[in-house]
Amino acid sequence: MEATYIRRKNDGRINIRSGNKVDQVVRWTLILLTILTIVAFIFFNYAGLDLGSAITETANNLKVMFLEPALSHFNWGEATYQVGVTLGLAFLATIIGAIIAFFLSLMAATNLSNVWVSRIVRVFVAIIRAVPTVLWVLIFAIAAGLGSEAAILGMLFHSIAYLVKAFSEAFEEVDKGIFEALQATGANWWHIVKSGVLPSTFTYLLSWVFLRFEINFGVAVAMGAAAGAGGIGFDLFMASSFYFDLREVGFITYAILIIAFILEGFSTRLKSRYFPATSD
Amino acid sequence: MNEKTMRKSRWQTVIFLLIIIVLTYLSSAITQFNFIDGMATIPEAVGWIFSNLMITQESLGKLPKILEKLNETILMSIAATTLAAVVSLFLGLFGSKTTKINNFLSVFARFIASVSRNIPVVAWSLILLLSFGQNSVTGFLALFVGTVGFLTRAFIESIDEASQSAVEALKATGATYFQIVSKAVIPQCLPQMISWILFMIETNIRNATLVGILTATGIGYTFDVYYKTLNYNAVALVTFCIVIAVLIVDFISNYIRRVIL
Repeated sequence: MEATYIRRKNDGRINIRSGNKVDQVVRWTLILLTILTIVAFIFFNYAGLDLGSAITETANNLKVMFLEPALSHFNWGEATYQVGVTLGLAFLATIIGAIIAFFLSLMAATNLSNVWVSRIVRVFVAIIRAVPTVLWVLIFAIAAGLGSEAAILGMLFHSIAYLVKAFSEAFEEVDKGIFEALQATGANWWHIVKSGVLPSTFTYLLSWVFLRFEINFGVAVAMGAAAGAGGIGFDLFMASSFYFDLREVGFITYAILIIAFILEGFSTRLKSRYFPATSD
Repeated sequence: MNEKTMRKSRWQTVIFLLIIIVLTYLSSAITQFNFIDGMATIPEAVGWIFSNLMITQESLGKLPKILEKLNETILMSIAATTLAAVVSLFLGLFGSKTTKINNFLSVFARFIASVSRNIPVVAWSLILLLSFGQNSVTGFLALFVGTVGFLTRAFIESIDEASQSAVEALKATGATYFQIVSKAVIPQCLPQMISWILFMIETNIRNATLVGILTATGIGYTFDVYYKTLNYNAVALVTFCIVIAVLIVDFISNYIRRVIL
């Protein structure tokens, strides 16, 4: 604590907002965000925008989409299959990502590996995270060709980055006593991981993997639309940008929404079971 | 732990692994993903990236144009997040158990948050593109809608968590609803909320690239144009700029978070 003296305003009243660093940073962050928002609105490119008609049109479109969903370019079976493809892409990216992330996070956890390895893995992960998923997919699409390989590889990168962060934090919270007890029995590093770290964090890791699966479903839809990775996302893109078929867009949106609700329901239950204290 | 429970848990593990393997097999069958082929392309792809994705003198000439677009994209993400945060603040107050006005508004707020969060940003941008056309407002609105959903949930959780006792204390002094919110709830949750807002800005800059590709605005469109004209040196430059921008934003928000939390 700094030396305490009573700060007064010019008229002699005691200043009750003593302005510590936290308050200042909070205030400046809010001011800066407000200014940047105003600047953004001034610099927006408003080419060809008629706000009034656009809003009524969107309202109308939403009404058609949500109240009269229908299929015209493919049937129910095909729709189910495409949803399956999207789920499959998300699942593969999650499961392969989880396996790779497990080993990387063993290297990234400060209590399981040395400082330099941990730092290198962390920097590597930060750089991977900085490139948007869609760019990874498109870059891989050049080398591997458009299709599920490029999509899964691209999605894999972000899954790994996300899970390494979550996993290594979980590993770092493992009780030190477990390590000591195992070391005392003469266990080597791998034994400690296998019978100390893994059993005590397994359910935790599993919930993170499921949370990532939920995210990856959304990402897989996006990759289908933006990077031609197939699945329901691609149908959504075709329906809205090529056929301009709002009823079909509505149907696909409902399909995505239902799956997302189911996944969210699962993960909320997992969360309340395994993360009672944290909000993330 | 006796022998019986150990055997039971071993069986559970085996069944669990089997389910995972079956699901993996089904997924690779339905997506026609070949694991070996997929893994084999990684070295190939990395080799290709290092030989073709190089920033050259020529592509550096395009830097001012790229930076201008990048600027537009970052501003768009910040504007979308900030405005969404304002809306979410109200929705969060209505939706939270401690500060709700009535049950109807609470359910309504949660419903809006859930729908706007679970419809992916891609769907929003494609829907909005139909009537708003190719300009920044489309991208802005798409990001805005998704962010409202996410931030409302985060705000509801942080309000629920933080302010129970302070709210009770203020109620006991006879404070009005508005006084409770402005003197107890907001000051207590503000650092947490700012942390979420910063997280969302980062996410939105990355999402803005995706939205940009779909709605033909900002840095995403620039990337798409170079990508489709096979100008890979420019593609590398665009990617590099995005990485730097995201890392800088990441750095700033980590600093702010360290100070306020």
